[in-house]
Amino acid sequence: MNPTDTLILVFGGIMAFLTLASAIGMVLKYRLASDASPAVVDNLNTRIKAWWAMILLLGVAIWLGKAGMVMLFAFISFQCLREFVSLTYTRVGDHHALQWSFFFFLPLQYFLIAIDWYGLFSILIPVYAFLLLPIWASLGSDTTRFLERAAKVQWGLMICVYCLSHVPALLTLDIIGYAGRNTLLVVFLVLTVQSSDVFQYVWGKLLGKHKISSSISPSKTVEGLIGGVLTSTMVGAAFWWMTPFNLWQAALIALTINVMGFFGGFVLSAIKRDRGVKDWGTMIEGHGGMLDRVDSISFSAPIFFHIVRYWWVP
Amino acid sequence: MAFEQVAASALCTFAKLLTGVRAVWIGSAPDARQRVYYANHRSHGDFVLIWASLPPQLRRRTRPVAGADYWLVGSLRPYIANRVFRGVLVDRCPHPGRPSPVDQMRDALAAGDSLIIFPEGTRNLGDGVLPFKSGLYHLARAYPEAELIPVWIENLGRVMPKGALVPVPLLCSLTFGQALSCMPEESKAAFLDRARAALLALAPPAE
Repeated sequence: MNPTDTLILVFGGIMAFLTLASAIGMVLKYRLASDASPAVVDNLNTRIKAWWAMILLLGVAIWLGKAGMVMLFAFISFQCLREFVSLTYTRVGDHHALQWSFFFFLPLQYFLIAIDWYGLFSILIPVYAFLLLPIWASLGSDTTRFLERAAKVQWGLMICVYCLSHVPALLTLDIIGYAGRNTLLVVFLVLTVQSSDVFQYVWGKLLGKHKISSSISPSKTVEGLIGGVLTSTMVGAAFWWMTPFNLWQAALIALTINVMGFFGGFVLSAIKRDRGVKDWGTMIEGHGGMLDRVDSISFSAPIFFHIVRYWWVP
Repeated sequence: MAFEQVAASALCTFAKLLTGVRAVWIGSAPDARQRVYYANHRSHGDFVLIWASLPPQLRRRTRPVAGADYWLVGSLRPYIANRVFRGVLVDRCPHPGRPSPVDQMRDALAAGDSLIIFPEGTRNLGDGVLPFKSGLYHLARAYPEAELIPVWIENLGRVMPKGALVPVPLLCSLTFGQALSCMPEESKAAFLDRARAALLALAPPAE
C-alpha cells in the first residue's frame, strides 16, 4: 500500500474510533443526565471533543508535509515552554536567557531539523544552550538561587523543545526500503503513546484501585498503568505493517515507548505537585495545558528516534 | 468606529495573545458596578492587561490611573494614555495650585467611571508587594460609593521587566478578589495594611 493510502486508512480508522467514542459519550451523558458523577462524563466529552481537534490538526500538518510537521511541533514546543517557564521561578536576571530560549534556540532547533542537519540539532541544546544560557544569566549579576534558575531554564528547553523536536526529526531518517514513508513513523509514535494515555485513563477509571503514588498523581493507578501499557502495546504491534519493524519488534518498541511515556507523565506530575498545580495550563479544554497532553511524547520521542536510528539507519 | 477604538482593541488583542491572559474572578464578578481596581505593579503593561481582561462594556467605563511624568513624554505616549485608554494622568509630585491626584481620581469617579490604580506608586522590581501609598485610603474616604477590588497580576513582571525591550511570552493570570471598603473609624495605616493583605492573599504561594 502506498503511504497516502495508508495514512487515509489510519486516519479513517481513528475518526471511526472517535465517532464511536463520541457516541458512547453522548449515551453516557443521556443516561446519567439526572444521575451522579456527571462531571466525569462532561470531562470525558470535552476530552473527546479536544481529541477531534488535535487529530484534525495533526492530519493537516501531515498533509502539508515536512514543513507542516516542523511548524506544528515548533508551535507545540513554544506553547509547552511558555507553560513550563510560567510555572517556574525565574528572576529579572534571567530575562535574556529566556529571550534566547524562546526566540533563538527554539526556532533554530526546528530550522536545523527542517534542513536535516543531524550533527547540530542533536547537540544544539545539550551543548550550546547548556553553556551559553548560564553565561547570559550570569551577566544579569543576580546570584540569588542562581544554579536552580539556570538548571530550570535548561530543563524546560530540554523537555519542551529538544525532546519534542525528535518527533519531526523522524522525517530526516534514511531507512533502506522505507523512503517516503517516514510520516508513518510519526503516526506510529503518536498513535501508540497517546493511545497509552487514553487506555491508562480508561482502565484507571474502570478498574483503578491501587494508586502508584498518591503524593504525585491521584489518578495514576497500577491497574491503569498495566492495562494501558499492555493495550497500547497491542495497538502498536497491530500497526507493525506500516513500520520498518516486524511484529515482535513493533511490540517491543511500543512497550518501550509506552513505559517511557508513562514516566514522562509521572515525572512532570511530580513537578506540578511541587508547584501546587493540577495542570500546566488551560489551552486544551478537558486535558489542561499543552504540556499535559505531550509529556508522554516528550519522554518517548528521543528514545524512539534513537532506537530507529541505531538499528534501522545504515 | 473611531481610530482610538481600533487601536485600543488592537492593543488588547496583542496583550492577550502575548500573555494568554486568564481572568479568574474568585471574590467578585465582572458586573457593571462602579469600582476601583487596585493591583500589584511590576510592568508598564499592567493596566493594559487588566483593561483588556474586562468585558468590553466595562472596559469602556474604566480608566487607568498613571503617572504623568512617564505618560506625557514624547508624542506617542500621551496619545495612547489620553485618547486610547482615556487614562487619568496624575502628578506623582503634586504642585500647589494644581489639582491633587486624589481630586483628579475622585472627579473621574464622580463622572461615573471606574478606575485602575497601582497603590505601590511605582513598579516593584522584587517579589511580593511594596508598602501602599496613602492615595488609596484618601480615595476610599473621598468616594466611598466605589467598591475596591484587589487584582493580583501574576507573571507580567516577568514578561516585560523594567528596562526590557523584547517581551518573553509567558502566560499571565489576573485574580480578582472580594470587594472591600474603608470602615468608619479605621485608621489610614490599618486600612492600607488590610487592603495590601487582601491583595497578597490572591497571590499564589511564594516559593
